[in-house]
Amino acid sequence: MIQYLIRRILYAVPLLIGVNILTFVLFFVVNSPDDMARMHLGQKHVTAEAVTKWKQERGYDLPLFRNDQAGGIKQFTETIFYQKSVGLFLFRFGRADNGEDIGADISQRMWPSLAIAAPSLLVGLLVHISLALMLVFFRMTYLEFWGVALCVAMMSISSLFYIIGGQFVMGKLLQLTPISGYDLGWNALKFLVLPVIISVIAGIGSGVRWYRTLFLEEVEKDYVRTARAKGLSETYVLFTHVLKNAMIPILTGVVVVLPLLFIGSLITESFFSIPGLGSYTIDAINKQDFAIVRAMVFLGSALYILGLLLTDISYTLVDPRVRLN
Amino acid sequence: MIFFWTDTLFFILLLMLATAIIRTRSKEHLRRPWRKVARSKSAMVSLTVLIFYFGFAILDSIHFHPPEGQANEGKFKTEAISLLDWWASPLRLNTEKTYSAPFAIYGFARETIIGEDGVTRRAYPRLIHGGAHLTDANEKYLDILRTGMEGLLKGLLAWSVLAASLILIRAKSIKMAFVPCTMEITEGRTDVPWRAVLLTLLLLLLTSFALGELSLKYHVFGTDKVGEDVFFQSLKSIRTGLLIGTLTTFITLPLALALGILAGYFRGWVDDIIQYIYTTLNSIPGVLLIAASMLLMQAYMARHEDEFASLALRADFRLLFLCMILGLTSWTGLCRLLRAETLKLRELEYVQAARALGVHQSTILLRHILPNVFHLVLISVALDFSSLVLAEAVLSYVNIGVDPTTESWGNMINSARLEMAREPVVWWSLSAAFVFMFALVLAANLFADAVRDAFDPRRAE
Repeated sequence: MIQYLIRRILYAVPLLIGVNILTFVLFFVVNSPDDMARMHLGQKHVTAEAVTKWKQERGYDLPLFRNDQAGGIKQFTETIFYQKSVGLFLFRFGRADNGEDIGADISQRMWPSLAIAAPSLLVGLLVHISLALMLVFFRMTYLEFWGVALCVAMMSISSLFYIIGGQFVMGKLLQLTPISGYDLGWNALKFLVLPVIISVIAGIGSGVRWYRTLFLEEVEKDYVRTARAKGLSETYVLFTHVLKNAMIPILTGVVVVLPLLFIGSLITESFFSIPGLGSYTIDAINKQDFAIVRAMVFLGSALYILGLLLTDISYTLVDPRVRLN
Repeated sequence: MIFFWTDTLFFILLLMLATAIIRTRSKEHLRRPWRKVARSKSAMVSLTVLIFYFGFAILDSIHFHPPEGQANEGKFKTEAISLLDWWASPLRLNTEKTYSAPFAIYGFARETIIGEDGVTRRAYPRLIHGGAHLTDANEKYLDILRTGMEGLLKGLLAWSVLAASLILIRAKSIKMAFVPCTMEITEGRTDVPWRAVLLTLLLLLLTSFALGELSLKYHVFGTDKVGEDVFFQSLKSIRTGLLIGTLTTFITLPLALALGILAGYFRGWVDDIIQYIYTTLNSIPGVLLIAASMLLMQAYMARHEDEFASLALRADFRLLFLCMILGLTSWTGLCRLLRAETLKLRELEYVQAARALGVHQSTILLRHILPNVFHLVLISVALDFSSLVLAEAVLSYVNIGVDPTTESWGNMINSARLEMAREPVVWWSLSAAFVFMFALVLAANLFADAVRDAFDPRRAE
């Protein structure tokens, strides 16, 4: 087990390096720091001094890979690559364009993101799986046909409409919940209800359809037929046999996204003005703050790779048939 | 004639599609799954809707400079226009001052008006174009009814001609007389659900003719903040949505096919490298990668300002770039599928036999592997289409989508969403975008389901 874990972790290292190099190339080679400076300072009428000053303030005035002016090891450390990219491995994100520490911002803003994303995931799982089980229970009936049709229709609606519609009905017409906003501590609860409900409803179409296919695949297997032949009731078979065996793909699908819950959702957070990482990223995109976007790209990838790692481990925990090697 | 980049690529794509259809017709084993698709009612209805949409996109992709002296004023003076623009010129040029509700003849906001008697008062002004032909405002509903009926009649006429010619073609091809052929269709006894197709066509033609007729006199979906006709915007958005759904395949297919098949066939270090590439790309969250790339593209465009002389060129380049980036982020899933399938295929007897006979590697790949993984490509393209159309709206909302000057459903939603807080609510832009998007995505989803059912060997009877 330990050996397997170590090998999996070692496998993640080249992936992280790959992501790091890719972001470096995207942000510093395709676009030189000069371009960034000019974009920030306004396209026209930019003096060379202003560009130099802008670069110096942010530490972009170093050479990309090799510093010929420095000696010894400094030849490699006094470069943009070392200063800006290698630090990401240690989660040193550096400073944003307005001088704030990105790392501190992230550690503060990830909690609101989690407060939205975690309940959405849990409630969503519960609702989607129960609905899917119901469809499977009533298979070959009109209820299934119309249920699936409704799922396809719900899938065809853009998530933006769910949010706008939900805000309009719940927030404006019925005035049950605040339209948007956030608060600290338990006061946040009333702001969380609407986004969670909306994200669960928006996911019904694709979620229920996906779980339904998983269940249907199991339902046709021999052991289920045996169980039914023994005289077990359909509900018993569904809940104990089918659900338990379909749990393996469901669980592994969930584990992958667990670390990504911290990142939050760009759209939800900006619609409900929740001060999480999603809205942080959107603000950065709108302000064209390259440093934040770069940090978020790396953080997101690192968390995804962590998710893959967890998935592999969870496989072996859930399904005893899977051997570690 | 002017060809923008996206126009050219779109027509190349349509040309490729046409060749593929002609080739398929002559090969029995390729026709069989399609025949299954053709027998499905939902698939054929969706296909009719999709073809209808594509018709608008094609019209909107033929650009030319308007002839001198044509009604083409103001800001559009130097820009190229498309056939759709030209055709719908009254819609395009009849702009109001600001918001107006669907079928309204009075403005949405009060203005200071100087009456005939010289007294100024605050009142709702008459619209410049919406219902301008009416002398008495009370006649509005009667006029709407009359114009609508006129449109419906024209639609019915157009449908009868179209339906009759379709039935005639079918009667000719199966060597049947016209009347029994019609009877067969009306009683729903045909293999291909022609009755459903013709009914869909009827519905589409009736609504579009009625809307078309009405839109000459009124703003059927109202006007937006700067007074542009929302119906026209929705029509223009069709092209953007379809382009994003289809042009992306120019990136995804070559990458996924080449890398997936190579990885699966050669295994070893080739496989390792390719797996590494797609796992790395896949681990970057898609939205963030798109955001980063769009930021870089903006910087690139700013640096090469003189290369993008006109607004239309800039918008077009941005649309193309968005398609490319969406392609770059979405080929990995298909690549993984293709790799797994190739791994399976290369061990099969016919491939082993080809290898034993000394058939060249490239021939094996092209003639024995490629045709046998193509059903996966087809399924994945069909399934991805609708998610790409939906993605456009979301990305435009985050400001990393198409250019703000490009008409798209995402931009419509984005500009209309703040108006929900207004009193009275400005709902028409959102509803129009909703209806147009929903119809397209629903049709695409249903069609993709039918394609998957027909081509997936696991689902075969």
